[in-house]
Amino acid sequence: MPEKVLIIGSGPAGITAAIYAARADLDPLMIEGFQRGGQLMLTTDVENYPGFPDGIMGPELMEQFRKQAERFGTRIISSDVTRVDFSSRPFKVWVDEDLYESDSIIISTGASARWLDVPGEEKLRGYGVSACATCDGFFFRDKEIAVVGGGDSAMEEALFLTKFASKVTIIHRRDEFRASKIMANRALEHPKIEVIWNTVVEEILGDTGVTGLRLRDRVKDSVSELPVEGVFMAIGHDPNTAVFAGQVETDEAGYILTGDNSVTSVDGVFAAGDVVDKVYRQAITAAGMGCRAAIDAERWLESQHG
Amino acid sequence: MGQNTVVANDQNFTDLISSDTPVLVDFWAEWCGPCKMMNGPLEDLAGAHSGRLSVAKLNVDENQQTAMTYEVMSIPTMIVFQGGVERKRLVGARSKAQLESELRDYLA
Repeated sequence: MPEKVLIIGSGPAGITAAIYAARADLDPLMIEGFQRGGQLMLTTDVENYPGFPDGIMGPELMEQFRKQAERFGTRIISSDVTRVDFSSRPFKVWVDEDLYESDSIIISTGASARWLDVPGEEKLRGYGVSACATCDGFFFRDKEIAVVGGGDSAMEEALFLTKFASKVTIIHRRDEFRASKIMANRALEHPKIEVIWNTVVEEILGDTGVTGLRLRDRVKDSVSELPVEGVFMAIGHDPNTAVFAGQVETDEAGYILTGDNSVTSVDGVFAAGDVVDKVYRQAITAAGMGCRAAIDAERWLESQHG
Repeated sequence: MGQNTVVANDQNFTDLISSDTPVLVDFWAEWCGPCKMMNGPLEDLAGAHSGRLSVAKLNVDENQQTAMTYEVMSIPTMIVFQGGVERKRLVGARSKAQLESELRDYLA
């Protein structure tokens, strides 16, 4: 017997879908992926998720989410999906050699941090180049470091890193932040944070560890070097859709396209969260989208069986 | 701590890594989300290859000296030592299957 609902991914969208599907007696199977819990596992304080007036740590929030899904009987597989075939029903999903079949699918694989793709970056990843301030900030006590980006996650990372670093320089390619006012102001007012505007990183310098960055001012078109021992990327995210290539329609950036609700280009395949959303990208919006996808899947399954 | 792994610290580190049997040391901390993902894979790896490879976990908060000596700048970092010498370094979380493939030289 195929599953009724198979959910791929376990961030706020996937887990909310699992909670709703389980409570609708659809006995969902969730393939949570190796990096379970999604991007919130890489964050610290979450201050904007309703219901937690004093804030909550990202990983703690996701543990609570997961417990709630398990409480209603969600079955969970802790591996990554390696291949899918949505060309016929039931839909097929593989985890290495193991095949799972399902009448409906909810895709909620989220997004991953983007890298700069400049010389030196790959070589020095883990040796001063990082995309996870909460993981690696600790190792930069009393050192000068840089954060690249201008959104909320760049502000969060920079502010978090001030706990350790002697100085944090935010490098942003525009002349203003796209971060929310409250986050931008906190960063701009912080005594340990400086901002270099209108500037891009052209190269990460160093042999066995980061020693500096080669920067280009986009307005003056001048090149300079900034000595730092660490650089943290916060320049946005790319959707995790490589495994669905050719199976569902995506836009040019790889985000899954959905209609008015969570319906994808394949009847019976639904999508929710950051894998669809390049506008809001919040835990709460992802959770809301997960809820919609579960309700859409439930109604679609009912319509199939008349 | 898991039943298949041992605790490494600043005090026992030199002894621990001097073994002729390869030792994989996982540098981790309580506040590191990706480090927690490694608990299962490392426990399974240690169980499946006991006798060929041992697995130790070093809390970088409590053992900053060792973390500094080996210039750990990102966690999880996993370093394979043999006879006191660093043989291989893996930075970042990965699955048990990926670990086995990258460590195959030490699991034979």
